[in-house]
Amino acid sequence: MSSGLPTPVPRPTLETAPFWEATAEGRLLLPCCDACGFVIWYPRMFCPECGSTAVHWNEASGAGTVYSYTVTRKGQGAYRDAGPYVMAYVELAEGPRVMTNIVGADPATVHIGQAVRVVFDDTGEGPALPRFTPA
Amino acid sequence: MPPVSIRGRACIAGVYEHPLREIPDRTVAQIHAEVALGALADAGLTLGDVDGYFCAGDAPGFGALSMAEYLGLRDLRYLDSTETGGSSYLIHIGHAAAAIAAGKCSVALVTLAGKPRTGGAQPGGSGAFGSAPEFAFESLWGPTVPGNYALAAQRHMYEFGTTSAQLAEIKVAASQHASHNPHAFLRDVVTVEEVLASPMVSDPLHRLDCCVITDGGGAVVVVSPEVARTLTRPVARILGHGEATKNTGNGRIDLTYTGAVWSGPRAFAEAGCTPADIDYASIYDSFTITVLITLEDLGFCERGRGGAFVADGGLLAPHGRLPFNTDGGGLCNNHPANRGGMTKVIEAVRQLRGEAHPAVQVPDCRLALAHGTGGALSTRMGSATLILGRDE
Repeated sequence: MSSGLPTPVPRPTLETAPFWEATAEGRLLLPCCDACGFVIWYPRMFCPECGSTAVHWNEASGAGTVYSYTVTRKGQGAYRDAGPYVMAYVELAEGPRVMTNIVGADPATVHIGQAVRVVFDDTGEGPALPRFTPA
Repeated sequence: MPPVSIRGRACIAGVYEHPLREIPDRTVAQIHAEVALGALADAGLTLGDVDGYFCAGDAPGFGALSMAEYLGLRDLRYLDSTETGGSSYLIHIGHAAAAIAAGKCSVALVTLAGKPRTGGAQPGGSGAFGSAPEFAFESLWGPTVPGNYALAAQRHMYEFGTTSAQLAEIKVAASQHASHNPHAFLRDVVTVEEVLASPMVSDPLHRLDCCVITDGGGAVVVVSPEVARTLTRPVARILGHGEATKNTGNGRIDLTYTGAVWSGPRAFAEAGCTPADIDYASIYDSFTITVLITLEDLGFCERGRGGAFVADGGLLAPHGRLPFNTDGGGLCNNHPANRGGMTKVIEAVRQLRGEAHPAVQVPDCRLALAHGTGGALSTRMGSATLILGRDE
C-alpha cells in the first residue's frame, strides 16, 4: 500500500536483514530470546535482558495501541515536504513500544489508547516500512 | 571505611558565558579559546595553570586532543571527552571534581562552543548517529527533536492532566527573567496567551515552548581547595554530583520520567541535602516540558504535579516557590551549540556569588542546583545533577 508519506529506504544490516526481508512480504517479525523468552526491541542479535546471543524471529500479530503521538507540522530530511504527519509510539500486542507513523486517519482523530494495526508502505526497493492505521 | 566523596573537595573558581548569540565571523575553535580565556581570567588563572581538560562532541577535531593542542595545553594530566549531549558539561564538572579529589589534576578546564545559528545546525557528534544500531528503527519515521519532546508532553498530559497553559507558565517566567539580561536572545516578556497563540511545531508543543537556537559558548574552571585558597574571587563549592542514563529499555519506553530520577537522589545524597534546601535551580530547558518533568523527577514536587508547581509564578525569581533560570535560560537567553548544560552551571555560580541581575538575585542564596538533560527526553538520554554551595 501507499500512505502518501515519504518512504526512506531502510539499510538492512547483518543483524536486521531478516526483519526487512519479511516486510517485503507484508510480515512483521520480532526477535525473541531463546534463553529468557523476552521479545527484543529494537531488533538485534543480542538479548539485553539476559545477555544471550541465541535469538529467533517470531511473526507479530500486527495489532497495537497508540502509546503517544505528535503531529509534526514540518519534518526534516526526507520528510521536509511531507506536510503535517503523525509520529507515534505504538505498543505492540507482544509488548514493545515502537516508533512509527499513524496513517490513513485524520491527524485530529488520533488519540492515545487508540487500537491500530500494521500496514506496510512499499519503498519500491524491496523492504517496506511498517506503519499503523486505525484498526 | 566511608564512601569516597567529592563533597567539599573541589570548587568552581571561574565561569564565562560568551556575550554574543550570533558569531558569523569566528570559527568554533576560536570561540572555544575565547570562552576558555574568559573563564580562566574570571578565576585569576592562565592557560599555563591548566592540567585537566574536558570537552564534548561540540569541540572540533579528535576528542579532546585537537582543542588541547589549539589551546596550547601542554601539561595535561587528565582528559575526558564524555558525550551525553547538552548534559555533558555537568558530567564533566562531576568527573573533574572526582579527578581533583583523587589528586589526578588540580585545575580543570571545561569548554563548550558552537554556531548552530549562523554556521548551520550541526549537533555535536551527529556524524555517529547514522551508525547507531537503533538508527534504522527510528529515523525512517521522521522523528524530529521537537517531536521527541512532544511525544513525552502528550503522554504526560494524558496521564496527569498537564495542560499547555501550565507549560506556557515556564516560558513566561523565563521571559520575565530574560528581560533583565542585556545579552539574552529574546528579551520581550511574553504571556501565557502569547505562548498558546504561537504556531504549533509538534503537538502539543508551540513555537514558544521551544528553546532558542544561538551561537556561542561557555567555560568553567574547576580547582582544588588548595588552588582556591590562592584566588581572590568567590568560588562555588561542589557538594554533590549525580549522573544517569535512561534508554528505551528494550521496548519498555516510559516517557513520563527522565534519568533525573536517579541523578538527582545521587547528587542530594552526596551533598547531604534535600530539594527543600535548594535556594535556586538551573533546570535544563530545551523545551518547557523538559523543565516540568525534571522538577518532578528531582523531587521538587510529586510525580504528575509539575503543572501545579510551575503555575502562578512558581518559578519566578526572586520569591517564587523555586526561582529558576534567572538568566532567561535556553528558552530565552542562550542555548549555545544546541547544548544548554554549560549555561545552567554558569547562572548557578552567578547566583551563589550574588552576581545575578539584582532584579532576579535570590537573597542569601546558599545552595544551588544545576541540572542537565541530553539526548531525547525520556528515551535515550544522559541526565546530570550538580549541587553547589556558596563560598564560606
